[in-house]
Amino acid sequence: MPATALKCRECKTEYALEARYVCEKCFGPLEVAYDYSALAGDPDHQRRRIQAGPQNIWRYADFLPLAGGSPGASTRGASRSGLPAGCTPLIRADRLAAELGLNEVWVKNDAANPTHSFKDRVVSVATHRARELGFDTLACASTGNLANAVAAQASALGMRSYVFIPSDLEEQKILATGVYGTNVVAVKGNYDDVNRLCTELSGERDRWAFVNVNMRPYYAEGSKTLAYEIAEQLGFRTPDRIVAPIASGSLFTKIAKGFEEWLELGIATGELPTMNGAQALGCSPVATAFENGHDVCRPVKPDTIAKSLAIGNPADGPYALELARRSGGKIDSVTDDEIREGIALLARTTGVFTETAGGVTTATLKKLADRGDIDPDERVVIVITGEGLKTLDAVRDSFTTHTIEPNYDAFEAEFAVAGSR
Amino acid sequence: MSVKVKIPTQLRAMSGGEGVVTVEGSTVTEVLDALFAVHGELRERIYDDEGGLRRFVNVYVGGDDIRFEQGLDTPVPAGGEVQILPAVAGG
Repeated sequence: MPATALKCRECKTEYALEARYVCEKCFGPLEVAYDYSALAGDPDHQRRRIQAGPQNIWRYADFLPLAGGSPGASTRGASRSGLPAGCTPLIRADRLAAELGLNEVWVKNDAANPTHSFKDRVVSVATHRARELGFDTLACASTGNLANAVAAQASALGMRSYVFIPSDLEEQKILATGVYGTNVVAVKGNYDDVNRLCTELSGERDRWAFVNVNMRPYYAEGSKTLAYEIAEQLGFRTPDRIVAPIASGSLFTKIAKGFEEWLELGIATGELPTMNGAQALGCSPVATAFENGHDVCRPVKPDTIAKSLAIGNPADGPYALELARRSGGKIDSVTDDEIREGIALLARTTGVFTETAGGVTTATLKKLADRGDIDPDERVVIVITGEGLKTLDAVRDSFTTHTIEPNYDAFEAEFAVAGSR
Repeated sequence: MSVKVKIPTQLRAMSGGEGVVTVEGSTVTEVLDALFAVHGELRERIYDDEGGLRRFVNVYVGGDDIRFEQGLDTPVPAGGEVQILPAVAGG
């Protein structure tokens, strides 16, 4: 495997590939460092190798930080690697594009993962690395989707799990977590309180793999697979623009890292896409810092229906800001009403029903299009990270149901006005 | 006024292995200065060159992030708890 060390993003101090996430010298975040020299020089071979791989994220195992490569013997169609994530559809959304005055918009529908969000990708990588390191218990601090993914992956692999969530989370996300037989810990506080507790706990429970605390460097790498897939699905080309949601900023920055790795190795052609970040106005520390020209984010107390993005103290905020600026992109925020409209817009033009976070992303695409930020000929990909069935309250009472008696005349009477014969 | 300071595992090599240090002080600055008087090496891990909190260090008083309060001037009640944690987790 080409992963060589954990390296501090700030002071570049290197550490062994263990369960650690923070630099002991400067407290900066640790990232996986790679030596790709063995993969350089023959992109055709590398592309063929990827295409012959399994229909899940392990087709990209050469670029992920597992010592043993792809876990379990997977064939193209079958997997022996727990609950496999990835290979989600990339859908050309011509009706959405037309409505926004654009020519080419694609929807990367990551709700098509096993627990219906992109979190299955990051959890797969963190979990398999945790197993390599000898852990038998998984844990996480979650706004909901991660809890689903950790609980399911733990069950698939026969591991113990503890998931920590804010107690006011959407009921659908709590139910879709508890069903897997995990330990659901509802913390009386917001996500940042949950995260503080888990940061402290991870220091005391050294036999627990907290996927987004002590396993965070490995976990974060899983998001690169979104970029690899998008590029592969577009014929090993990068799109012109990505619109993706920002909570901690990890997904946003790792999508760019994935593209940059493949561009450097010649596996994909093109350039780094313009990176547009999307936040909810009620929790927009990164968008606010972007607008004010700041390099760091001032934490906020979240108040938005987009609970999966409700991180008031985003760990990767500074890096998301740096990336948006470097790629010519922006970071915008949208109101809760715009989020609901975004969910409806995506649903009625593409048939994809997304959760509130996808509403944020779609509404941000619309905002960019309305503002004239997007050249109509650009190839734009929006990253839809989660499933609408998990945030049903966002669409409650948003349409009329026709309730009628079970007979022909009642139907005719109801629809006579509409004249829909 | 006696205050408990919780030290994260990453910094315990500099606190003699202690996870909790009891010091005196009525603001975060006073509490941290008292902590540094006992464990001097901690200063440069927690403060940057300008004497402010490092970018990736979070400090909480009674569970509340001091950036929502008065920063390093945030008062610490007698018998209160100051917690130092890495900021890069989660998401």
